[in-house]
Order: sequence, then structure tokens, then C-alpha cells
Amino acid sequence: MIELVDITKRYAIRGGAHTVLDGINLTIRPGEKIGILGRNGAGKSTLIRILSGAERPTHGHIRRSMSLSWPLAFGGAFQGSLTGQDNLRFICRVYGVDYREKLDYVQEFAELGEYFREPVKTYSSGMRARLAFAISMAVEFDCFLIDEVITVGDARFHEKCQRELFEKRGDRAFVMVSHEPHNIRDRCDRACVLQSGSLSFFDDIDSAYAFYQGVMT
Amino acid sequence: MTGSGLLRSFAVQRRVIGALLLREVITRYGRHGLGTLWLMFEPMLFTLGVAALWSATRLHTVSNIPIIAFAITGYSSVLLWRNAANRCAKAIEPNLSLMYHRNVRVLDIFAARLLLEIVGACGSFAVLTLFFVSIGSIQWPQDIGVLLGGWLLLTWFAIAMGLIIGAFSERSETFERTWHIVTYLLFPLSGAMFMVHWLPKAAQEAVLWLPMLHGVEMIRHGYFGTVVPTYEDPVYFAIANLLLTFVGLALVRETGRRVQPE
Repeated sequence: MIELVDITKRYAIRGGAHTVLDGINLTIRPGEKIGILGRNGAGKSTLIRILSGAERPTHGHIRRSMSLSWPLAFGGAFQGSLTGQDNLRFICRVYGVDYREKLDYVQEFAELGEYFREPVKTYSSGMRARLAFAISMAVEFDCFLIDEVITVGDARFHEKCQRELFEKRGDRAFVMVSHEPHNIRDRCDRACVLQSGSLSFFDDIDSAYAFYQGVMT
Repeated sequence: MTGSGLLRSFAVQRRVIGALLLREVITRYGRHGLGTLWLMFEPMLFTLGVAALWSATRLHTVSNIPIIAFAITGYSSVLLWRNAANRCAKAIEPNLSLMYHRNVRVLDIFAARLLLEIVGACGSFAVLTLFFVSIGSIQWPQDIGVLLGGWLLLTWFAIAMGLIIGAFSERSETFERTWHIVTYLLFPLSGAMFMVHWLPKAAQEAVLWLPMLHGVEMIRHGYFGTVVPTYEDPVYFAIANLLLTFVGLALVRETGRRVQPE
């Protein structure tokens, strides 16, 4: 289970503080699929960062009793002068996974061919995204964090990612944040709307969507 | 936290630091040519250059101690803490995105860089000493225990400085720029180029406030024995290190709370 208890996040700005999250409470149970809808700037990415532990809340605390991924398909932590293989090795070391067991899987999944052993800075953005997703799948988690809809590669690769994440790992929990309701409607059990720093919960996705539409207009 | 929890988190931290270390080595030196050995060659060449310069300019006529040993002991000492501190300056920013991995902490990034610099400086000092001893141009240290004690205290100082400089430079550009000027000014004062005994009494008292000077004096005491009297106070140095370490850890903790990836 993962519990966010009374999470508040304020950023210091010129002449005061800007409250992004204002007393958020959220519980994620094993296997639960939660969608969070929010407009641009609503604080979705801040929430994801706080969940992932990249950033600390100003107030409140997080209880994690199941393992939680980093934001999925996130390639920002790649070191450009390292090869795809080096980057895989680094992530595996950090998470205590034997990289030799994951080597074939990641190499095949990312479809990089020879480039797997070339520096990441020579990759195209599509190649980077494929590597990032493949590495994300190399470490197993109880709960995945998905920031925005995953649009990796072409339609075929995109489908492969969806299968890998939502079907093969269908028993895991995830939190998906998006400004676009399509994927949340398809994949989530319940949805909330993040607006003005607080989360509104809804029993079903349609009413969340209706509320979100109301906020939008 | 329970005992086993502490052990587990210690194991995680060791793994993370190991991973950062390898990543740093490959990023900095690549896999080709001398690669990792540059870690040691860099300070070695630096020290050799200085030793050559000093003996060419006949600085050795000033005192009765051998100039090569004087340069090696002095310059290696400065490189140890200066490189450690400089490598930690602005170390977080390029690694900010690693904060998305919960296991990676600010302290680990500093620890990995410090370890590399310390290994390089120790290797350089040891190899240079052994080399010049083996070709007979310098003597074997008089008291290896005192020498190693001084080196150990200096290493501790390097770690504490690394944490302080690393954390402060994250907080302020101005500090980072000023630090480079300070290191430059500290270099002639840190004992690399003089022995405290050569200074007038008033100057001795003033410079001995600098903690690292005690380390250099101690190393030279261990090296040259009683040829020139030395003025180190290991207890003072250790207490200064302890205080600096506390300050450093507190600053790093505060930095860890504040940093946020884009």
C-alpha cells in the first residue's frame, strides 16, 4: 500500500509562495489502477515527483509499503556519454537487479541493434524513448508511475509497450496522470481530478470525466 | 529504524555508491587508452611537474631537506583536499535527474566523487614515493606511522571539505566562484611550499590556525624525521575535522531536502 497523507507542496517564488498541492490524501492499494486528470500546470508532475521520492513535500508524509517505480519511460537520467548497455547496468545496480539477466530482454525490446553499445548521445529521440521504456521494464515494481500517456515510437512499438505494461503486468498497481482522459478511461479502475491543489475523487470514471470537462470550460 | 533495516539501507547505499562510481569513471575517462589509470596519473603528473620546476629553480639550496621529497609531500597533500573539494563543487546539478531514483541521495553523489579523488591522490602519492625511493633519489620515510596518520587526517579533511563545498556550491553561484579564488589563495598558505619552522614566530601562530597545515607538517614529520622541527597538533586537526564534518553533513542533509529535478 502507498499512502499520501496530507501532502502540501509550496514553491518559493518572487514575493511569496505558490501552493501547488494543498493537503492531498491518496491511498493506492495493491493492484489498483488510478487515473489522475488535470490541466496543464495543475500539479500532476509535482504529484508524480513527490510520489516517486524525487522531491519532498513541504508538509505531510508518504508511507510506502510496496515498491514504486520511477516515472515510467523517463529517460532524463541517461548519461549521454554512456552506452545504452551502460545505462542499463547503472539502473540495475541502483535497484539491486542482476543486469546480465535483463540484458537480452532490454536489448531485444528496445530494438536498438548495434546501437545498444553506442553512446546514448548518438541516439535519435525515438531510440532514447525506446531504451527508456525497456529499462523501465527491467526492474519489477508493485506500482508503476505513469506521467502522461506513453507515446513511445511508432504505432507498433506503442502497442508493444501497452501490452508489456498493461497486460503482462496487469496485476500491478499504477498511477497514471494525464490531461487527456482517453487512456485513463481505457486503463483505470478509478479516476480523480487534480484542480487548484486538491484532489476530487469520483466513484466512476464517467463522473470524473464530466467534472473535468466542467473544469476545463 | 531496526538493526536489520539499518543494515539493509547500508547495503543499498553501498550498491548505489558503487554504481555511481563506475558511471563516473566511464563518463570521465572512457574505456580507451589508459582509462581509469588517469585517476592516478593526473595528480602524479601534476606533482612531478612541480617537483621538476622546484628542483630546476634550485629551491633546494634554501634548506637542507631534499627538494623532491619536499615537493611530493607538499603537493600531494594540497591535491588531495583541493581536488576532492573541487570535484564536489556543482556535482549535483548534472546529476539532478538521478534524484528520480529514490535510492540515489545527494550524499551518495558526493561520496562517489570523493572516493574517486581520494583513491587517485593516495595512488599518486604512494607510487611517486615508492618510485623515487626505488631509484634512490629520496629516502624511505623515517616514521611511516606518523606519515600515514597525517595522510589519514588530511583525507578526513578532504571529505569534510568536499561535503561543505558541494552543498554550498549548490546553494549559491557566488559561493562557487569565490571558492575557486579561496583555493588559489590557500595554496601558498597550506604548507605545500614552506615548513612552519622557516616562518617568523608571529606568522607561525597565524598560519597554524589552518587545519590542513597540521596534516602537511605531520606528513613531513613522518617523512623527514627530525631534520626540521615540525609544529603539528593532530588533536587540533582532528577536532577541526570533526566540526567540519558535522557542518558538511548538516549542509548535505539540507541540500537533499531542497533539490528538485526538473
